[in-house]
Amino acid sequence: MPYVVPWCIGFLAFTLGPYLFSLYLSFSEWGLMGPIEFVGTKNYEELFDDPLFIKSLANTTYYTVVHVPGLMVLAFAAALLLNEQIMFRPLFRTIFYLPSITPGVASVILWVWMLHPTGIVNTFLGFLGVPEDSQPNWFASTDWAMPGLILMSFWGIGSMMVIYLAGLQGVPQHLYEAASIDGAGWWQRLRHVTIPMMTPTIFFTMIVGVIGSFQSFASALIATEGGPANATLFVLLYLYYQAFSFYHMGYASAIAWLLFVIIMAFTLLQFALARRWVHYES
Amino acid sequence: MVLAPDIPDIRDIPNRGRPAGSERRTVLRALRLVLVYSLLIGGGLIFVFPFYWLITTSLKSVELIQVDPPQWFPNPIAFSNYADLMAAAPVLSWVRNTVVVTFLGTIFYTASSVLTAYGFARHPFPGSRVLFFLVLATMMMPGHITIIPRFVIFRELGWLDTLLPLIVPTLFGSAFYIFLLRQFFMTIPRDLDEAAELDGANTLQILWDVLLPLARPAIVTVALFAFIEQWGDFFEPFIYLSSPENLTLQVGLRWFSTQYGTQFHLMMAGSVLAMAPIVIVFFFAQKQFIQGITLTGLKG
Repeated sequence: MPYVVPWCIGFLAFTLGPYLFSLYLSFSEWGLMGPIEFVGTKNYEELFDDPLFIKSLANTTYYTVVHVPGLMVLAFAAALLLNEQIMFRPLFRTIFYLPSITPGVASVILWVWMLHPTGIVNTFLGFLGVPEDSQPNWFASTDWAMPGLILMSFWGIGSMMVIYLAGLQGVPQHLYEAASIDGAGWWQRLRHVTIPMMTPTIFFTMIVGVIGSFQSFASALIATEGGPANATLFVLLYLYYQAFSFYHMGYASAIAWLLFVIIMAFTLLQFALARRWVHYES
Repeated sequence: MVLAPDIPDIRDIPNRGRPAGSERRTVLRALRLVLVYSLLIGGGLIFVFPFYWLITTSLKSVELIQVDPPQWFPNPIAFSNYADLMAAAPVLSWVRNTVVVTFLGTIFYTASSVLTAYGFARHPFPGSRVLFFLVLATMMMPGHITIIPRFVIFRELGWLDTLLPLIVPTLFGSAFYIFLLRQFFMTIPRDLDEAAELDGANTLQILWDVLLPLARPAIVTVALFAFIEQWGDFFEPFIYLSSPENLTLQVGLRWFSTQYGTQFHLMMAGSVLAMAPIVIVFFFAQKQFIQGITLTGLKG
């Protein structure tokens, strides 16, 4: 019993307490100084009419819809390649894994440099025959800023890749042998053995990926500060501006709770749909 | 990609004796290998290149970083960017702050998570299952809700713009690490504890002498994860710290980019400093990382 007391204190002080306080704030108006004024559901009502909030929600959804499936496909493909009998496997594994643990700020600053309108990525596009005037302006362009953030995020496939790699190593070898005896080729084994056996892992990465994606913050803050013209204003970035630039603590808390509800709704929906496609062996 | 469908793997073919079929299969297998290696090498080059471009840019003088065609190798190699960066910003204080936060945070996170996990794994009490479920639940609870209340708490304590809000919470353990360690402790047979208990060991001695040596792989994994998390942490230090000299390296880099946004040669030097410890630790501890990944590699 005494061993778990520290965690309990931490839970009360830094999780449960803050959750309750935040919930109360979301029904209040408070500028960080002076008294907290209870205003009922006013903040929530205003949120639904706030074009910037709607915009931030649309941006976050756009990012999530491309970033999560893209990350999953790339990470899965990389894991399949690394699961082959290959030379230098530790070297390749390191190369694909390392970017995912490098500190986010440094990575984002590096990519801002590479995606500079006259940067090295556009130089490569030039080598590939893309003329200079049709090369994307990336973070300086309302259309290309979001694809830029998504492209950058794919450098971090590593952590998802190692989860898939661990999952692939758990697929029983005898299933592949049985499939081969039945004359199944590479694609059929992937389609009928690997993927069904991997569905619990795929499901897990999807849940974690969506939750994380809805809370994206640092990459947009550092690369674009939400711009240009709010093209990369994520929900959490909007929350940050409302709280720490305008000191609308109640309004910002309402944003936090609405985002929480959206994340939970997505998660529950995924769990409900999981019955149809996730295959549990036992 | 045309090659991909229906290529049998030679290892799976029971009878390799017959010459005609096996020759065709050898060719297909060779083609498949070529495809796998091209994808690995091509992908690998794409993943390594940003690191290469980061380091080489940090070693170029300012007038050479944006020439057309690009300079693929820095000539002359200029280490002056690193000195210029130190002159332009309080980088040494950032490094010192980050080292303090990382060092203490890693030790505190690991120690507090070990103790809590030990409690859950070996000393059940009424309600401990519910409490453990709560630990798991906090892993799924989005952290963004607590930002404003935590800011208010630390303001009331007078801790803003100090390192305390980054260090003190690590004394209370982290759900993910507790979960990982608890699962590992559960795999260690209880007979060992009981034998030590008969020899008169108290519960702390059992943890220290019996469980910790056996749980080393899990503890090293947790310490590595905590190190990476603390070193690279951005969100919280960004909210709590404000004076330039009180920042951590990650927040300092961001501050620098808002002040000197066009000085990419200096920003790349700063990014190298921010990444280097992680890369170095990774190379020295690769084996433990792989172990850790297998440990955390989820079983259902």
